[in-house]
Amino acid sequence: MSANDDPEEILAFDEENEAFPAPMPSQRPKPNALGVLARLLVGVGAILLLVWAIWGMQFVPNLLWPIGIFGALSLGGILWSVATYGGKPGGIRNDGTFFNAGTSRGWVAWILGFVFTLFYVLLYWYPNGVAGLVALVDPLSRGLFGLPANRWFLYGFLYTLAVLVMGIRMLYRYRHNKYQIYRTLSVMFFQTILAFLIPHLLQLFDQPEFYFSYFWPLKYDYLFPSTIHGLLKQPGGLAVFMVFWTVALSLVAVPILTYFFGKRWYCSWVCGCGGLAETMGDPFRHLSSKKVSAWRLERFLIYFVLLLIVALTAILWINSAMEGGFLGSFSQAYAHWYGFLIGSLFAGVIGVGFYPILGSRVWCRFGCPQAAILGIFQRLFSRFRITTNGGQCMSCGNCSTYCEMGIDVRAYAQRGENIVRASCVGCGICSAVCPRGVLKLENGKGSGDRFEGSENPLAALRVSLGKGFEKRS
Amino acid sequence: MQVVVLGNGITGVTAAIGLRALRPDWRITIVSGESTYHYSRPALMYVFMGHMRYQETKPYPDRFWSEQGLELVRAWVDRIDPEAKVLECRDGSKIPYDRLLIATGAKSNKFGWPGQDLMGVQGLYNLMDLRLLAANAERARRAVLVGGGLIGVELAEMLKTRGIDVTFLVRESSYWNNILPPEESAMVTELLREEGLDLRLETELDEILDDGSGRCRGVRTKGGEEIPCEIVGLTAGVSPNLSALRGSGIPCGRGVLVDWGLKTQVEDVWAAGDCAEIQTEGEGRNLIQQVWYTGKAQGEVAARALAGEEVRYTPRTWFNSAKFFDLEYQVYGFVPPKKGEENHHFWIDADGKKSLRIVEKEGQVLGIQVMGMRLRHLVCERWLKEERSLEYVLSHLYEADFDPEFFSRSLIGEVTA
Ligand SMILES: Cc1cc2nc3c(=O)[nH]c(=O)nc-3n(C[C@H](O)[C@H](O)[C@H](O)COP(=O)(O)OP(=O)(O)OC[C@H]3O[C@@H](n4cnc5c(N)ncnc54)[C@H](O)[C@@H]3O)c2cc1C
Ligand code: SF4
Ligand code: SF4
Repeated sequence: MSANDDPEEILAFDEENEAFPAPMPSQRPKPNALGVLARLLVGVGAILLLVWAIWGMQFVPNLLWPIGIFGALSLGGILWSVATYGGKPGGIRNDGTFFNAGTSRGWVAWILGFVFTLFYVLLYWYPNGVAGLVALVDPLSRGLFGLPANRWFLYGFLYTLAVLVMGIRMLYRYRHNKYQIYRTLSVMFFQTILAFLIPHLLQLFDQPEFYFSYFWPLKYDYLFPSTIHGLLKQPGGLAVFMVFWTVALSLVAVPILTYFFGKRWYCSWVCGCGGLAETMGDPFRHLSSKKVSAWRLERFLIYFVLLLIVALTAILWINSAMEGGFLGSFSQAYAHWYGFLIGSLFAGVIGVGFYPILGSRVWCRFGCPQAAILGIFQRLFSRFRITTNGGQCMSCGNCSTYCEMGIDVRAYAQRGENIVRASCVGCGICSAVCPRGVLKLENGKGSGDRFEGSENPLAALRVSLGKGFEKRS
Repeated sequence: MQVVVLGNGITGVTAAIGLRALRPDWRITIVSGESTYHYSRPALMYVFMGHMRYQETKPYPDRFWSEQGLELVRAWVDRIDPEAKVLECRDGSKIPYDRLLIATGAKSNKFGWPGQDLMGVQGLYNLMDLRLLAANAERARRAVLVGGGLIGVELAEMLKTRGIDVTFLVRESSYWNNILPPEESAMVTELLREEGLDLRLETELDEILDDGSGRCRGVRTKGGEEIPCEIVGLTAGVSPNLSALRGSGIPCGRGVLVDWGLKTQVEDVWAAGDCAEIQTEGEGRNLIQQVWYTGKAQGEVAARALAGEEVRYTPRTWFNSAKFFDLEYQVYGFVPPKKGEENHHFWIDADGKKSLRIVEKEGQVLGIQVMGMRLRHLVCERWLKEERSLEYVLSHLYEADFDPEFFSRSLIGEVTA
């Protein structure tokens, strides 16, 4: 037989490009009537939003505009998910994820990433650029809180709306999965009440703006001497309670809750950054890098940021105790640059702006010092683990692909080992997408039965660090 | 020592990795025609549906193989010469070996239907099939699938994602009822109808019709009905792939004949996985196991055999799992499709989406099967090994519960009450 008529040669797998032809446009599912309506609503809303963003300063604010525009966007978003995931029972619906230009780093993703990034850059450093949008939401701010809008109201409002609308999408998409339903409701609740309504209401009552769902070191300035002193100077008991809350949550609740439930109690049930990642970021979760180089960068960067903020906080306190006598102007510059580089550039611009390109948890994985602390506890002292079901794994790779933290879940599952990783946020998606029911998120009876050597966590840490060094060399 | 492993499926790579751990300084080469790198065969469907790309289906990163000192050769082997101890490849090259493991897997069954070699007619087993399917799908509006096994349902699910209508010809009176007891079979049958498949029960293929240009234009059933279609999927099971063994003199039955030590009747040649047929010598029918975990288990034994150890393959308590669209299925131990001398206990929840079956004989549980819920493999396996009674299993059922947190446990609650 010559190579030319050998079927195995004609059809031979093109390993160089590792590619299979994507379906032709005619074979991609077409939106139904509802889907068309949804796209229309979102499209019109987006265009009007753009018009306001550019020329909004010249328009006369009126409550109908924000209600109309955000109403159209929200309704469109919700109908879009109903059109996409409706007509079938709930289940895993990842069809076409790697064919879709929005979810596979295609042109749609690049446009989205550009728009998100631009928004953050304008918001943080060129507020005039978002003045039109601030004007648009001004009537809302006045209506809700009786205060004029500023760019932070705009940001909080858009953020909360995104969590709510995309949260509804998540609820509908995973309607067969109670774990996903409960934790999505939870992040929607915490974002709306604790991270949006209460801080603004506090301002209304002349109280300091305060976010009860964020602690040090994520809200890095909450344990700065200036913040604590400022709060303690406030009249009334509420400010004192805020200080108590910050210290209690940051230093006491975090280790205790993490011991019982793992990092997830915060990262995928409470946190606003996690909330956005789990709702608006859901379509992009599979884009997280699974490369070893990404894992190395993660292990360095996240602890480095933790170190930076711990050092900064310590310096500020010493400085404050010595009344400016310790690294006075340096500590101010340090605080300023930390805020700029980590607080704004990393957490905002890269963390959220790049969702469609780098996946939804870039900040949580590489930068967040809160995640670093929670992760250390989760790895060493926690009852939480993901157990694998005996010999059922057939190495398909769905779990690793859809892990937003870039964890190679399969590497553990195919060996029948538990997954106990500092970075795991307990989103439960690996367990949801596994077609063979291999993975289960669990809080066990203790911490010492989770992996070989887990009864002696510090020794395990040394081994794990040693491995990191070995791999690096 | 030069060891060659022929086939880079789960069996071959498990053996190679295991052997590397036992023999750090031996030369180990893995030869395979389909691809250089090992990938997960059960994940083929997800590549087609866009859940993953091919690269995500590789269980080990590419650098793993060089780190392990495992040489990878992509080539089709046309002949094994056990006298000269070489593999003759299609590209003319020859690969010598001191010890050889044959792990060539299986191929889709073709039962000699008229028209089975027409264009548009295909199975689903490997990367070539997936490419072919992508090409065939481009012009297809309807596909007819022949044979109602697990791969048939996967193929149906795949085609549906490209808007292709699927007609499913099933010889039996209800889906897969030669494996599933009537109740579970009915659940899946119902589900396939809900998913919009045109399910034709008790219908057999008579002939695949030629459109005059060598491409299929439809099928005719034994009942005489013609169904027009552009794709015919042959999913009536698989059988050992012996293409490399032709003329080698290595004795084969349905598969490569081996003993319990996985050794063939030829010096320095072993075989394992989907391609192997274990001669049981009076212990009943010869054993051919063709699932993922048995490939892995046989691969582990083969590693030790290649290293020169005395080994004996002991099959693990049977288990399997699958997913029919959204419905998950698990079975542990012995669950026959038809009731024999054993007692069947069956529970199903109110909306018919979850079920539990326990098979028992003379007070001893022989098998457990669930639909729509997840059980803990090791717990079920332990119960079966310990020959637990029905009462014991029922009163300890929560130990085997593996559903995610917050999922309804009402069926288990009902059963244990
Ligand atoms: C679509 C599909 C879905 C499946 N899903 C499941 C599942 O969910 N659960 C489960 O337990 N099992 C499943 N299976 C079965 C499972 O994949 C097989 O049991 C398993 O892959 C067998 O492994 P193996 O290594 O023995 O053979 P294979 O995986 O078939 O590997 C054999 C390799 O040998 C190579 N080869 C063969 N002949 C030659 C030659 N002449 N020259 C060079 N190379 C050659 C081929 O390139 C091939 O890669 C599925 C199978 C298919 C096809
Ligand atoms: S998704 Fe499940 S079966 Fe697939 S690799 Fe992960 S654990 Fe294994
Ligand atoms: S390992 Fe699973 S639960 Fe943890 S972050 Fe990854 S997908 Fe989520």
